[in-house]
Amino acid sequence: MKKDNRLLPNQDMPDFERDYFCDAHPETVKPLKGFIEKFLNWARANSLWILGFGTGCGAIELRPLMTARFDMFRYGMAPRPTPRQSCVFVIGGYASIKTLKRIVRSYEQIQAPKFVLALGSCTINGGMYFDSYNTINRIDHYIPVDAYVTGCMPRPEAIIAGLRKLQELIKQGKAEKANEYIENFEWYKANQKKVIKDWNMPDYNW
Amino acid sequence: MDTPLVLKILYSLISLAVITIWGLSLGGIVRKIYARVQGRIGPPFWQPFIDIIKTYGKRTAVTHGIMFFLGPVFRIAGGIGTYLFIPAILGSTIFSNFSVSGDVLLVMYFIFFGQLGMALGAGESGHPYSAIGVARGLAQMTAFEVPFALSIIAIVIQYHTLNITTIVLAQQGSILNWTLFTNPLATIAALIAMLGMNMHNPFSVVLAPQEIPIGPPTEFHGSYLALMQTNRGIFNAAKLVLYMNLFFGGATNIFALIIKTFSIYMISVVVGVSFPRFRTDQSIKFFLFVPTLIALLAIIILVL
Amino acid sequence: MMKDILKRLTEKFPISEIEEQRANMIFVTMPKINAVQCISYLKQFEGFTHLVMLAAVDYIEDGIFQLTYILHNYELHTDIGIRVQIDRKQPVMESIHTLWAQARTYQQELKEMFGIDFPGSPDIDEPFLLEGWQNIPPMRKDFDTLKYSQETFFPRPGRKHYDPQKYMKEKLYPDKEPE
Repeated sequence: MKKDNRLLPNQDMPDFERDYFCDAHPETVKPLKGFIEKFLNWARANSLWILGFGTGCGAIELRPLMTARFDMFRYGMAPRPTPRQSCVFVIGGYASIKTLKRIVRSYEQIQAPKFVLALGSCTINGGMYFDSYNTINRIDHYIPVDAYVTGCMPRPEAIIAGLRKLQELIKQGKAEKANEYIENFEWYKANQKKVIKDWNMPDYNW
Repeated sequence: MDTPLVLKILYSLISLAVITIWGLSLGGIVRKIYARVQGRIGPPFWQPFIDIIKTYGKRTAVTHGIMFFLGPVFRIAGGIGTYLFIPAILGSTIFSNFSVSGDVLLVMYFIFFGQLGMALGAGESGHPYSAIGVARGLAQMTAFEVPFALSIIAIVIQYHTLNITTIVLAQQGSILNWTLFTNPLATIAALIAMLGMNMHNPFSVVLAPQEIPIGPPTEFHGSYLALMQTNRGIFNAAKLVLYMNLFFGGATNIFALIIKTFSIYMISVVVGVSFPRFRTDQSIKFFLFVPTLIALLAIIILVL
Repeated sequence: MMKDILKRLTEKFPISEIEEQRANMIFVTMPKINAVQCISYLKQFEGFTHLVMLAAVDYIEDGIFQLTYILHNYELHTDIGIRVQIDRKQPVMESIHTLWAQARTYQQELKEMFGIDFPGSPDIDEPFLLEGWQNIPPMRKDFDTLKYSQETFFPRPGRKHYDPQKYMKEKLYPDKEPE
């Protein structure tokens, strides 16, 4: 008996068991004021944890960052295997529809505050695959992006420069795109549902 | 030594704070050493503090029920409990914690209690990788507890007491009074058990990031993870202080404490940097074979 | 060696065309009914035990799909390609998953990308590369992928298109007259 991929797993559970899968709407969380927020932003910038999900071609450029030659650990950055514990999502290059569904799911499982760094020209305007039936053209219509790094693929030194720029943005307090995602939630969801046709996830994946 | 209760609480808080800072810095220094061995510049040695501040500063969190909440609480309770019953510095009013007679067994219980609490919390989270990591972790812990317990029994028979302060007092005098020289077999068995406790290579399959994503703490994030990371500092330092008191003569001032615990940890780090990883069944076979025999030999020699 | 094999093949099966691309790469065209029989004969008796690939070409002007099965012989180090032409309006072909189990992946891909059905192949209707695709199979020549991409995804305005020949000519030889 094949399971039907179009239904949610908690479809026919009674009401008191349904909240094993939370399908509540997300709320924005305002940043704190003043000195405490500056201190926390400094700590967040100096300890970026990158999600170890290699989306496209950029995955091969992330691995040299851990080696001795380029060494991202000296800036405090470390790769983490689960979205629960990471705070930066590096979108490496093109995103096909199949991958986009998993990107949306992983992005929503990261806890706030979260940041996105998009590599390559495929995330900006479609790049080499601008006329493909399967890859999206602009990733910032589906999830919010803090910084772009151009290139096809950018070299590891360019990726480190992009991460340093992200660190500066965080310290200045300008990297609040997670709240922007929740404020424009309907627009992002409409865009996502336009291309992801077999939607069998809750509206917001906690 | 009849200090009022408020002063005692203040002293134990100071002692706990000092050992937390030392434990976390030790973790940072070890990461720096690992990085230098691999030819990199590593993170600065205060990186664990920044990580903990950042993890506390997460704005949202997801919970999976009561046991998920209590998992990190049990773990840090185990860490604090382990530390507060070991006298850190002999003869000091601030740093000799609530050491009572019979506290060897109490400390051994707290070491196990922390791991158990995290196992329950990780099981509640429902993540399949947590379950695999917990199964491996508990199996390995059961294996290394055997030589550890046997060598503690050997020491207890040797010194005729269960009180850590008395054991430390019996080792004062000269360097030849250390348990390292009066009962070397028990020391060797306990040091091999320490390799299993610290979970560096070759016994790091529990937390292996390449095999199962981080293992038991997979689903923990935000404040839960920050509590567990703080506990990592306290727990490591507490184990090292216990080993220093039981086998290496204790410490009479804070510099001796720092130097001795650092050197004991270096044994674990040197072994960890040079070896690859064992599978769980290989490490269980290893622990139940050679170290157990050495510890049994130690007990038999003492009884005869 | 290859000549003997080809002689035996032409005796047994109705082959319409033999094309020799290299000494160790020969393409053979035959009608649809005999194709799977020929492939199993080649696998069992002539030693072509390795399936390299199964690919399809869309000849929209002739109204056919042309499938190519490429097999490899480890003893002789040669490849042979069996070409089969099937009708474009009713694309159905016999499945070879009983000969090689990995053929089921190739057949899944062809069903999704071209619409060629292989009845009996396991899991052929499972979503494979495209999840939730509701249009015509995208590798067909009557599917306009640029138009689909511009309508569904949001192209960024301001993209300029250059013809490569004209652009390079203006850059390298800006003064020359067009010949």
